[in-house]
Amino acid sequence: MKIKSLMRAAIAASFLSGTMLAGVAMADTAVKIGVLNDRSGIYADLSGEGSVVAARMAVEDFKAAEKGITVEIVSADHQNKPDIASTIARQWYDQEGVDMITDVPTSSAALAVNEITREKNKVFINSGAATSDLTGKQCSPNTVHWTYDTYALAHGTGGAMVEAGGKKWFFLTADYAFGHALERDTTAVVEAAGGEVVGSVRHPFPGTDFSSFLLQAQSSGADVIGLANAGGDTINSIKQASEFGITQGGQALAGLLVFLTDVHALGLDTAQGLVLTESFYWDLNDDTRAWSKRFAEAHDGDMPTMVQAGVYAGVLHYLNAIEAVGGKDPQAVMAKMKEMPTDDPLFGQGSVREDGRKLQNMYLFKVKTPDQSKAPWDYYELVATIPPEKAWRPLAEGGCPFVK
Amino acid sequence: MAKTEAVLPSAHVRPVAAGGMPRHHMAIFLGLLLLGLVGPFVLYPVFLMKILCFALFACAFNLLLGFGGLLSFGHAAYFGSASYVSAYAAKAWGLNPELAILLGTAAAAFLGLVFGSLAIRRQGIYFAMVTLAFAQMVFFFSVQAPFTGGEDGIQSVPRGHLLGLFDLGPDRNLYFFVLAIVFGGLLVIYRIIHSPFGQVLKAIRDNEPRSVSLGYRVNQYKLAVFVLSAALAGLAGATKAIVFQLASLTDVYWTMSGEVVLMTLLGGMGTVFGPLVGAAIIVTMQNYLATFGAWVTIIQGIIFVVSVLLFRQGVVGVLAQWLKRPL
Amino acid sequence: MFELLGIPPQALFGQLLLGLINGSFYALLSLGLAIIFGLLNIINFTHGAQYMMGAFVAWMLLNYLGINYWAALVLVPVIVGISGVIIERLLISRLYHLDHLYGLLLTFGLALIIQGLFRNEYGISGLPYQIPSQLSGGQNLGFMFLPNYRGWVIVASLVVCLATWFVIEKTRLGAYLRAATENPTLVGAFGINVPRLITITYGFGVGLAAFAGVLAAPIYSVNPNMGADLIIVVFAVVVIGGMGSILGSIVTGFGLGVIEGLTRVFYPEGSAVVIFVIMAIVLLVKPAGLFGRTA
Repeated sequence: MKIKSLMRAAIAASFLSGTMLAGVAMADTAVKIGVLNDRSGIYADLSGEGSVVAARMAVEDFKAAEKGITVEIVSADHQNKPDIASTIARQWYDQEGVDMITDVPTSSAALAVNEITREKNKVFINSGAATSDLTGKQCSPNTVHWTYDTYALAHGTGGAMVEAGGKKWFFLTADYAFGHALERDTTAVVEAAGGEVVGSVRHPFPGTDFSSFLLQAQSSGADVIGLANAGGDTINSIKQASEFGITQGGQALAGLLVFLTDVHALGLDTAQGLVLTESFYWDLNDDTRAWSKRFAEAHDGDMPTMVQAGVYAGVLHYLNAIEAVGGKDPQAVMAKMKEMPTDDPLFGQGSVREDGRKLQNMYLFKVKTPDQSKAPWDYYELVATIPPEKAWRPLAEGGCPFVK
Repeated sequence: MAKTEAVLPSAHVRPVAAGGMPRHHMAIFLGLLLLGLVGPFVLYPVFLMKILCFALFACAFNLLLGFGGLLSFGHAAYFGSASYVSAYAAKAWGLNPELAILLGTAAAAFLGLVFGSLAIRRQGIYFAMVTLAFAQMVFFFSVQAPFTGGEDGIQSVPRGHLLGLFDLGPDRNLYFFVLAIVFGGLLVIYRIIHSPFGQVLKAIRDNEPRSVSLGYRVNQYKLAVFVLSAALAGLAGATKAIVFQLASLTDVYWTMSGEVVLMTLLGGMGTVFGPLVGAAIIVTMQNYLATFGAWVTIIQGIIFVVSVLLFRQGVVGVLAQWLKRPL
Repeated sequence: MFELLGIPPQALFGQLLLGLINGSFYALLSLGLAIIFGLLNIINFTHGAQYMMGAFVAWMLLNYLGINYWAALVLVPVIVGISGVIIERLLISRLYHLDHLYGLLLTFGLALIIQGLFRNEYGISGLPYQIPSQLSGGQNLGFMFLPNYRGWVIVASLVVCLATWFVIEKTRLGAYLRAATENPTLVGAFGINVPRLITITYGFGVGLAAFAGVLAAPIYSVNPNMGADLIIVVFAVVVIGGMGSILGSIVTGFGLGVIEGLTRVFYPEGSAVVIFVIMAIVLLVKPAGLFGRTA
C-alpha cells in the first residue's frame, strides 16, 4: 500500500515536471482499453481473440504513437456470465486504470458492464451484445452500442422476408428473455408489413434436439420459420431443419441472429438459402476486403465477423475523439463521439446518436449455395441494403430516460 | 428412544463443548479476524468479499459433506435461489440489505427442507445424483420464471443502507458488513460441529447402521443438517447478490455445485478451516487466470484429479496431520 | 378431423417416433453408465465427455484420415474405449478401496479436463459432419417426413442395446461379469482375473458412449459441450430406472425419450424438466427406481 502510493506520488511528480518542461501543448495521454469478451465459450469464435486483433489494428491505424498517445490493450474472458463480467469490469476500473471497455457479447454481461461503467463514470463501447435495452430502458450516458441490436435484426430480416412474400410466420423461440424479445419485435414488424404469425413454440434453453419443434413448424403451413434463438441452438435448429427437408419443402428459414462464423460452422450444404441481417461483411467493397485480408493474416486466416469489425471501428472512433478533445475525460470524450461523424473503412460514414446508438446501414444477406461459393469464406450474397433511418429504432420509441 | 438421544452423546462431548473452543482454534479465529480487518486496506475489497462469500458457501457445504457424510451435487440450488430472492427483495421491494439477506436465507432453508426430505431417502451416489437433479429443476425454473430475469439475471441491485442508517455503497463499508456476516456464519458452523448434535452427525457419518442401532433417528439428523447447510449456503448466496448487485444463472448452474465441491476437497473436507483455504485458492486462481479462457476449467479439472488421487486430506488436512492437531 | 387433446393423431405419431429417437441416445448412454456402475460401483461423470469424444474422433477420422462414417462407427468405440481403459488403469483403479464418492469426483475432474482441452483446440461453435450419403433423404410416412438417418439411429441403438443385454445375460463372459458384480472376491478365488474384467467393462461402457457420439455427430453439432448437459439428464434416467437391471436401463431410456417427446407437444416449456419431475415422483413412490432392487 505504502509502496503503491509512493510510486503514485513519484509518477505524479514526474508527470508534473514533465508537463512543466514541455509546456501545456504536449499532453501525454495514456489510454488503457479493455477488450472483455468470450474467449472460451459459444461466442469465442465471433468475438474472442479476433476482437483483440481488431482492437490492435485500430490502434495501429490511428497511429497513436505519432500523436503522443500511448494505448495499452488488455483482454479477459467473461465466459458469458454477467457476474464474471461485472467482477472483471469493476476490477479493471478500480484497480487497473482501464478507461474504456469494448466488445462484451451476451446481453446479460453487457447490461452488467453498462451499469458499472455508469457508476464508475468510464466509457463502454459495446459491439457484441444484441439487446436493444442498452440504448433503450437501460441506456447510459457512458455507453455506445456499435454493431447491431435486436430491433435492427428483427426489422431487417422480418421486414424483408414479408416483402419477399413470406406472409405467414412460425416462430421457434428460445425460452428466455432474449428469445421472447426477438419474437416480440419480429412479430410487430411482420404484422405491420401485412403478414401474420400462425404459431410459435418455445423450446428449452439450451436445447439439442429441435426435431419435434420443427415438425410442429412444418405442419403449421407457415411460409417462414423464424429462429428466435442464438448460438448453438440456432446452429442445431438449422442443421435439423435441413435434415427434415424443411427448406426443400418450400418453407424458408429466417435466422434472426446468425453470424458469419455460424455459417462457417454449419457449412454451405446445410446453411444455404438462409436469410439473415448483418451490419458488416468482409466482401462488401474494396475497403472491407483490404482490411479483412489484413485481419485474416493476423488471425489464423479467419475472416472477421461484424462484431470484430465493430470493435475496430469503435476503438478507432474513441481514439479520434480523445485526440479531438485533447484528453480522456469520459464525459468530454462521450460528447465528442456523439458530436463527430464516424468514418472508418468498415462501416463507412455514420454517427452516434444521443442515446448511444451507432447509426449505419444494415444489410440483408442470403447464404450462397455450395455452387455459388467461389472461395473459402465466400458465403453471402447481398440481397438488400437497409438505410439507417429504416434499420434502427427511432429515438423516441426507445424509452431512454435521459433523452428528452 | 428419544430420551436416550439426549443422554447418550453429551457424555463424550463435554470436553470440547463445555470449555468453549481449544486454544489453537481460538488463535486461528482471532488471526482470521485480524486478517479480515486489515485485508481491505491492502487488497481490493470486492475481491476479498468474493472470497468471503465463497468461503462461507464452502464451509456450509462442508458441514454436510465433511461432518454429515452427505455429498450433495446440487448445492448451487440453495446458493443461487437465495441470491435471487435477496436480489429481488432488495430491488423490487426496496428492502434493507439485512432483511433481503434474511429472506434469501429463509428461502434457501425452505428449499433445503423440501429437497432434503426427498433426497435423504437415498444414500451415497444416489443421494448425490438426486440432489443434482433437483438443482437442475431449480436451474430450469430460474431460466423461465419471470422474476429472475432469465439469462439477464437481476441486475443493478441496490446495496442500500444497513438498518436504514449506514450507507453500504462504498466498498469498504460493505466489506465490514460482509465480514461480520461471514464470520458470524463460521462461528455458527463451528458451534454446530462441536455441539452434541454435531457429535451424533459424525457418528452417523462413520457408521450409520450402528447409529441406528444406538437409537438415533438418523433421518431426522440428516434432514436437520441438510437444512442447516442449505440455509448457510443461502446466506452466502444472498450476501453475494448484495455485494455484486447481481443475481444470475451462474449461481444456480451445476458447475457452481461442482466448484464448491472442489473448494472443499482442495482445502480439506471434514476440517473446520479447510474450506476457507480452498475457497480462497480457487477464487484467487479464477481471478488471475481469467485471461486464459478454457485453461481455467482444465486447471480446475487437474486440481480435482490430483486432489482425489494424492491429496485427499486437502491443504488443511495435511497441515493438521503435520501439526498433529485437528484444524 | 379426429383429434386427441387438440392434436391431430398424425402429429402425435410423429412426435412419438421422434421421442423414440431421442430415447435411443438415452438408452445407449444410460446402459453404459449402468454397466460401469454395476461392476465398478462408480458413477462415471466422464460419460458425457466420452460421448463427445466419440463425435469428435469420428470427425477427426473423416477430416484427417478420410475414414468414412461406417468405418468410424466401428473404429471410434474401439479408440475411445481404449482411452477409457487407459484412464481406468492409470487413475480410477487407484480408488477402488475408497468411498465411491471419490470415483465420482475423479471422473468429474476428468470431464472438465477433456472438455477444456477440446474447447481449446476446436473452439465451441461446433464442426459440421455430413450425414452419410447412403442415409440422406427420407421417407414420407404419411403422418410425417422421417429422415432415413433418424430411422437408422433407432435401429442401430436397439440392435446394440439388445446385443449388450444378450452378452451380459446369456453368455459365459456375461455370467462372470454378473458374478463379479455380486461378489468379486469369490469370483477371483475361482481363478478369474477380476481386475481385468473390470477394465474391460469400463472400456466397453465407454465404447457405448462413443458409439452414441458417432450416431449423434451428423444430427447434432459436434462441439465440446455436447455431452455436458446431456449427462445430467442421463443420470436422472439411470436413477429412475434403478441401477439393478440392464434391461431396465434400456426400457427406461426409450420410455423417457417418448415421454419427453410428448411433453414437447403439450407443454414445450416443460420438456427440459419433465424427466427430473418424474425422477422426484419415482423416488417418492419407489426409492430404488422402477427396475432396481431395494438395497
